[in-house]
Amino acid sequence: MKYFYLVWKSLWRKKVRTILTILSVFVAFLLFGLLSALNQVFSGAEDLADARRLVTLDKISIINSLPSSYLARIESVPGVERAAHASWFGGYYQDPRNQFAQFAVDPARYLDVYPELTIPDDQREKWLRTRDSVIVGRDLVEEFGWSVGDRIPMYSSIWTNTSGSQVWDFEIAGVFDSEDPRASTQMMLIQYDYFDEGRAFGQGTMGWFIIAIDSAGNAAQIANAIDTQFANSPNETKTSTEAAFAESFIGQYGNIGLIITLILTAVFFTILLVSGNTMSQSVRERIPELAVLKTLGFTDGNVLSIVLAESTFVMLLGGGLGLGLALLVVNVLGAVPLPGFYLDAAAVTNGVVYIVLAGVAAGIFPALQAKRLTIIDALSRA
Amino acid sequence: MSDDLVVLKDISRTYQKGKEKVEVLHQLDLTIANGDFLALMGPSGSGKTTLLNLLGGLDQPTSGSIRVGDAELHKMSSSALSKWRSTNIGFIFQFYNLLPVLTAQKNVELPLLLTRMNGRERANRAAIALSIVGLEDRAKHYPRELSGGQEQRVAIARAIVSDPNLLLCDEPTGDLDRETADEILRLLQALNKEHNKTIVMVTHDSQAAEYARHTLHMDKGTLAPEGAG
Ligand SMILES: Nc1ncnc2c1ncn2[C@@H]1O[C@H](COP(=O)(O)OP(=O)(O)OP(=O)(O)O)[C@@H](O)[C@H]1O
Ligand SMILES: [Mg+2]
Repeated sequence: MKYFYLVWKSLWRKKVRTILTILSVFVAFLLFGLLSALNQVFSGAEDLADARRLVTLDKISIINSLPSSYLARIESVPGVERAAHASWFGGYYQDPRNQFAQFAVDPARYLDVYPELTIPDDQREKWLRTRDSVIVGRDLVEEFGWSVGDRIPMYSSIWTNTSGSQVWDFEIAGVFDSEDPRASTQMMLIQYDYFDEGRAFGQGTMGWFIIAIDSAGNAAQIANAIDTQFANSPNETKTSTEAAFAESFIGQYGNIGLIITLILTAVFFTILLVSGNTMSQSVRERIPELAVLKTLGFTDGNVLSIVLAESTFVMLLGGGLGLGLALLVVNVLGAVPLPGFYLDAAAVTNGVVYIVLAGVAAGIFPALQAKRLTIIDALSRA
Repeated sequence: MSDDLVVLKDISRTYQKGKEKVEVLHQLDLTIANGDFLALMGPSGSGKTTLLNLLGGLDQPTSGSIRVGDAELHKMSSSALSKWRSTNIGFIFQFYNLLPVLTAQKNVELPLLLTRMNGRERANRAAIALSIVGLEDRAKHYPRELSGGQEQRVAIARAIVSDPNLLLCDEPTGDLDRETADEILRLLQALNKEHNKTIVMVTHDSQAAEYARHTLHMDKGTLAPEGAG
């Protein structure tokens, strides 16, 4: 591209102005990257939800437990392939601020319905064999510096054990990962049997059921069949897809996705105004120069392309650096310990598309102005 | 083909000024021979620049025909004129009009960007053009680092780098002192004599006109017969 030198040199005509513009584009796309990652946190849970999994809860409140006898009855519903259950442990490690999810589950069933959770075979065996053992997610191990074999005391704010204490002692049997890089593994899985026998009250109940079904298309029908089974019983149920479950859970945060989108839109238009203004100023100052180019034989199209290239280049430089830094901070350094705080390929592609769009949008009017410039008018203004 | 490089027939140029129409050139006829060096004089507003713009394909006549070489300019589209200008015309302006962000060398290379030449060829050609105007040692200087006379030499190098037949100069010495002006005029004369460039030069300075082979006088949009004025 032999015009590049000309484009490059013209950009640095007013160094300070160009640097300031590049900086503001840089900040805007850094913000874009970080907010996109944050958006993933809130929309991520929904994306992660599998349409072929249903969740059955107590109809009235997620806090109420359901009888364990429901498990077999759910399994008997046509279309249900596997069922698992989970119960809140509701604890923390050392300090109440160290909150993370702890579920009491049936190990084999749970891993069966969540095939994306992976764990070395020997650690899995160890967990299945050892009643007071737990497995923990990679994120937790990294946060607390645990290792396999450690014994850790967990304080439960809900469950007193039969010895009258709220402190439960667990051995770490293994560490699991998730195949989905966006999924959080800030989670501890406890053996249900040990938990159920050990707790002082509430025995024989389960928090909720997770159900793998044969086809996503049958989800509504199967959910309905499950809930019908328990209608008019003391514990009525509400079954929904995992996605709907995640959504209702996220609903607690308000529509953060929308807010983020609005902020991003505002940032995007601000950037358009800032760099569009810079470009049109720069074209206005250069009218005689652009006219000289035309005199030398540069066509209107050539001049249009040169101005567009300048504005796109400013965006690519600032935007590329901003998005690059966001990628570094979010994906490489993992600086923000939030589940799903991650820039996936789609977010990066979006970013690049916006950068190019912004370059063209900011440059198009000045470029058209430069294109329309007639030589005699422009030179007589010199 | 005749020896005439430029043939203008019955040229009129009317500008629209608000509601008024102003005819700047009136049924003008002009023939310029290949290899001529023509000085164009006349009072301000007489239409000299307008005529030069028509010769260079920067503007179109309201009526009449212009032939330069084989090109019938009045029939050409603006993009065809752009392409034609890049190889057939060199412009030299009063205020040099160099790009301030480029060195002398890169300014001279500009017209060559429109050719198929590679970077090396462009650099070579520009270096030759700079040496013709005697500025080979200033190639890396930016316009702000050059004197007015040197800037004008760079502009001349840029005008001749694509080897056009016709050089159009609009008051090329208008901004220079006598001595420097004479240097520039001698350079133009050399280009005319040694490199066989046809030159049309607009000037207010009758001393400058003496460097030319002929002088034509313009008044109120018409050309006075040669020798008059
Ligand atoms: N773009 C334009 N629109 C309207 N009128 C114009 C335009 N360009 C030139 N004119 C008018 O045409 C007339 C001739 O202008 P031109 O620039 O050709 O004169 P000139 O002989 O070059 O004068 P000078 O010696 O001052 O440069 C002037 O009256 C000018 O006002
Ligand atoms: Mg003039």
